[in-house]
Amino acid sequence: MISHLPILPVFLPLLAGVFLLLPPIQNSIQRQRLFALALCGAIVVVAVLLLLKSQVSGTMVYVLGDWQPPFGIVLVADRLATLMVLLTAVLAFGALLYACAGDDLGGRFFHPLFMFQLMGINGAFLTGDIFNLFVFFEVLLIASYGLLIHGGGKHKTRAGLHYVTLNLIGSTLFLFALGMLYGTTGTLNIADMAVKVTRLDEAERALAKAGGMLLLVVFGLKAAMLPLHFWLPRTYSAAVAPVAALFAVMTKVGVYSILRIHTVIFGAGAGELANIAMPWLWPLALLTIVIGAIGALASPGLRALTANLVIVSVGTLLIAVALQSPEATAAAMYYMVHTTLISGALFLLADLIWEQRGKAEDRFVMARRMRQPVAVGIAFFIAAMAVVGLPPLSGFVGKLMLLQSTVEWPQAGWVWPLILLSGLAALIALSRAGTSLFWRCHGDPLPGEPIAGIKLTAVYLLLAASPLLVVFGGPVVDYSQAAADQLHDRSQSVYSLLPEDYQP
Amino acid sequence: MEAVYAFCVGLLTACGIFLTLRARTFSVVIGITLLSYAVNLFLFSSGRLKLESAAVLNESGVYTDPLPQALVLTAIVIGFAMTAFVVILAMRGRADLGNDHVDGRIPAKESAMQRHRGYKS
Repeated sequence: MISHLPILPVFLPLLAGVFLLLPPIQNSIQRQRLFALALCGAIVVVAVLLLLKSQVSGTMVYVLGDWQPPFGIVLVADRLATLMVLLTAVLAFGALLYACAGDDLGGRFFHPLFMFQLMGINGAFLTGDIFNLFVFFEVLLIASYGLLIHGGGKHKTRAGLHYVTLNLIGSTLFLFALGMLYGTTGTLNIADMAVKVTRLDEAERALAKAGGMLLLVVFGLKAAMLPLHFWLPRTYSAAVAPVAALFAVMTKVGVYSILRIHTVIFGAGAGELANIAMPWLWPLALLTIVIGAIGALASPGLRALTANLVIVSVGTLLIAVALQSPEATAAAMYYMVHTTLISGALFLLADLIWEQRGKAEDRFVMARRMRQPVAVGIAFFIAAMAVVGLPPLSGFVGKLMLLQSTVEWPQAGWVWPLILLSGLAALIALSRAGTSLFWRCHGDPLPGEPIAGIKLTAVYLLLAASPLLVVFGGPVVDYSQAAADQLHDRSQSVYSLLPEDYQP
Repeated sequence: MEAVYAFCVGLLTACGIFLTLRARTFSVVIGITLLSYAVNLFLFSSGRLKLESAAVLNESGVYTDPLPQALVLTAIVIGFAMTAFVVILAMRGRADLGNDHVDGRIPAKESAMQRHRGYKS
């Protein structure tokens, strides 16, 4: 059983999705909820086990059907992948708990789609094969199309049309890139490709470079990198809250793929093709932060504000990726865990505020007093502190790690002011949001039910990550440093995944 | 053979890109379909073009790379499902938004021109 651990994060959601479609569970929403929550809890447990195992026994390579790499399909559970799987599982559990309070009633297939989405995300993190990365991208995308228009309505259809069209074109570009890379290197295994790109001749190198850059475009689209980010604010603010919360990890799938492909295949060890993406990634990352910060300052409502803060966090992560040093990568991993959970919590929080303010929704205008301003207000305060990066919460630690990793680099002159100023912009935007949402109010609260306890629990569960990431800061930082070292060390991230005769 | 093949892929891609940049969902859907045809042909050629060779090892020893064919098969299946989905979504958009513009509303200039020509929206 324990040797099959790496496939469980992909297999369990698939199984759960299928069972959720079958009669004994499918015909009662209570049964669906219980089953989905239980399975999601099981995935969290599996992710924890996988993380512990990968720390004790090193990278696990799961060879499907016993077809040996580099020819067969493999799953690779190294430190980075298992960390991302655990992050997804925790975020999904919080979002699912929130959805069980009533948001899952908008359509019939919320729970199965949620599980298939989870399968796609986990698969994309675990796969060691670039074509399966494409397949898992498609799995997570088609589930996300369904989840995005869950509940129906004009806004969702319009956002869905843009999102689906863009991603279909993205998938086509992905296949073009795969064709170029396969045509030149003759392999699809990521580790094997990292070996083969160093042996290309002049003409093949040009094609492989084009393929690598096309991949950057595709992953940049998923991650919402600067010229490709226009879909994000509308999509994320149109989706139902738990779906938007789960989508917080989708941009990170893009960042993760850039990190994996452009560090392992086109990283420092790629000979002539080393770091091909970095001259582009670097300015685009900085500009992404700028555009995200401007968007945050201009947002009319809390959902749009959160969506723009997601863009800022993507820019921050891409800077760390563009630096290509183990320290910066470690900072990126820590920051990734922090920002995903907190943005997820903020999307849920925006929904709580929305449902208490009647017609004012989540817009920053004067409205009736909220029914439970204290419980919601404390959550908002914690989330805002964490997002802005004020001590003592995790945003501060993450940004500090990133800034420290750039100290000795000439680029520090660009990184420091931009990251600090984007923090200031977030502070201004969130202070304005908090002031008008909680203090600019009149009259009595609108009559209605108090917030379901489950919803508050889900929000606080996700928010608890921030203080926990600080309290257990030592082990988490050590873990991300070890994961980053593993990713940058070719003997561990490339050669140990291939048979003996591939060793240099 | 290579030149003709490359020309066809290029032409399909060019038409696909042109159509996806149009403002109506119907032409966008057709554009995406053309793009996926182009990419399927392109993927197929990544194993090099060979005549009269099987995709499995056979007695004559003349064989072609089977992997691109498997990849194309996967890409066709996924592309089919996605096209079906986007067609339904476009129809839903037509019903929900009242028009087939990709932005969900006809720009003022265009709708004025249509009224001038006597179209009914």
